[in-house]
Amino acid sequence: MNLNFLDFEQPIAELEAKIEELRYVGSDNEINISEEINRLQSKSRELTESIFSSLKSAQVAQLARHPQRPYFLDYVERVFTDFEELHGDRAFADDLAIVGGMARLEGRPVMIIGQQKGRDTKEKVRRNFGMPRPEGYRKAKRLMEMAERFKLPVLTFIDTPGAYPGVGAEERGQSEAIARNLFVMSELKTPIISTVIGEGGSGGALAIGVCDRLMMLQYSTYSVISPEGCASILWKSAEKAAEAAEAMGLTAQRLHELGLVDHIINEPLGGAHRDMDTMAEHLKNALLDSLDRLDAIPLDKLLDQRYQRLMQYGNFTE
Amino acid sequence: MNWFTKLLPSRIRTDASGKKSIPEGIWTKCDSCSAVLYRAEIERNMNVCPKCNYHMRVGARWRLEHFLDDEERVEIGENLKPVDALKFRDLKKYKDRLNQAQKATNENDALIVMQGRLKNIPLVAAAFEFRFMGGSMGSVVGERFVRGVNRAAEQQVPFICFSASGGARMQEALFSLMQMAKTSAALAYLAKQGVPYISVMTDPTMGGVSASLAMLGDINVAEPNALIGFAGPRVIEQTVRETLPEGFQRSEFLLEHGVIDMIVDRRDMRDRLANLLAMMTHKPTP
Repeated sequence: MNLNFLDFEQPIAELEAKIEELRYVGSDNEINISEEINRLQSKSRELTESIFSSLKSAQVAQLARHPQRPYFLDYVERVFTDFEELHGDRAFADDLAIVGGMARLEGRPVMIIGQQKGRDTKEKVRRNFGMPRPEGYRKAKRLMEMAERFKLPVLTFIDTPGAYPGVGAEERGQSEAIARNLFVMSELKTPIISTVIGEGGSGGALAIGVCDRLMMLQYSTYSVISPEGCASILWKSAEKAAEAAEAMGLTAQRLHELGLVDHIINEPLGGAHRDMDTMAEHLKNALLDSLDRLDAIPLDKLLDQRYQRLMQYGNFTE
Repeated sequence: MNWFTKLLPSRIRTDASGKKSIPEGIWTKCDSCSAVLYRAEIERNMNVCPKCNYHMRVGARWRLEHFLDDEERVEIGENLKPVDALKFRDLKKYKDRLNQAQKATNENDALIVMQGRLKNIPLVAAAFEFRFMGGSMGSVVGERFVRGVNRAAEQQVPFICFSASGGARMQEALFSLMQMAKTSAALAYLAKQGVPYISVMTDPTMGGVSASLAMLGDINVAEPNALIGFAGPRVIEQTVRETLPEGFQRSEFLLEHGVIDMIVDRRDMRDRLANLLAMMTHKPTP
């Protein structure tokens, strides 16, 4: 089993392995097998297209957590220039699960804030698996308020399993930190664009996700609780996570249909990790387009729209 | 029946199961100290155990009726009803869970909002019904909360919320997560109007409710020994793999860590909140 591929991608992995083998043989002998390679490559592409055209919610959730999926800082270096990271909440610590700072997008200064996961074990631990503590949310709030003062648009990037469930986090007011961000972001006097780039896990995601425009990468997820958490509570078994994922409708496509997400950013064939540069280009274009749209709206109207947008969330009868 | 009990006259015989012979509703047992208590007496004592001070969970309607003055109570948003927009189904259908909860509680959803008076101070008060799907916050809870806040803003009267909730309602998926943002935004609006908001956290106040409307009071109050936090103790225990200290995430722990302003005994709630509100709105001592 090729670990670069997820379980449902194994047929693709087998084809790719065959292509590799042929290449190896080809370089050894003088037989011309490039035609055969081409044939297999187009077959592999077709197979990928067919598998990815009908993904189950649980499979999208696997892609959103793919170990090679681009993280916030991968996009920072490809989308922005002049990035200056700003550290700390000025009260307790610098939480490395949330990265923030100023940067330029096509020359225009912006405030960028995102959750950061780690690639290898050491980095994963350093980033606390992308699970912020209260000081991370308070750092984010500090930077957002600074952005408001200096009229910088705020761009946030969501990628977290959730806020960290730890003793210290509770002692330092995890709930209050999240709640305060929701409160502040609802009336922050500068445009806010949020993009879910991987996992949008619950309140820990929303705490940097109150915005004027919400975008999601094609294979990212956004939900009130992780599929495993939902399954273990409602189905009394974490093994029913696939069913829970389906029931909650946590994919970009489903949430777009429900009117909760404004725009879906397409991923390269096979997912963002197959071609990070192309993915970054799509993301950059979507950010520029969103900024253009929000620039066209006077600030007081923008704030009014944001408030109305928040107030219309929900389904009920009367 | 053995030969001995057969011999006894029927009026001396006692039911072996014991419990059944006590007419239901007259006596009750304290969940904390196990003292057997006369129900009417507890009720008079605001459902606080007279022996150990344990604050028993109470229903939303009972809460508001015992908190507000008797006169001029008007309910807000009582006709709002939940709908199952996602056709959510786990082991049971969401629709069936709603029906069941509605029958069991006689309420349409997990939050009740009323306009009324507290010691003659006009205000709007909301209370969570924990017996309704764990007091979980879905669309109706969010909308009723916002309508209560709007009424308070319109009439420039204080807003009070008694929370008791496990968090967001999973069956409404992302819509319920967004209620956190919706209720918090409404409170930001209320704050801008200069209208006081007092949040009273009761046992339990967790998850999405704790991480939104409950923590945003101008004054955060808790009842004694209430479980209050973001992550549930079991989840934290599994994450950090150690036993949690005694009293972790209880009101007294939160007071010590600076998360809440004060702990108020339920029997003093009316007096203390009236006193606070009178000062916040420049009125004489009630």
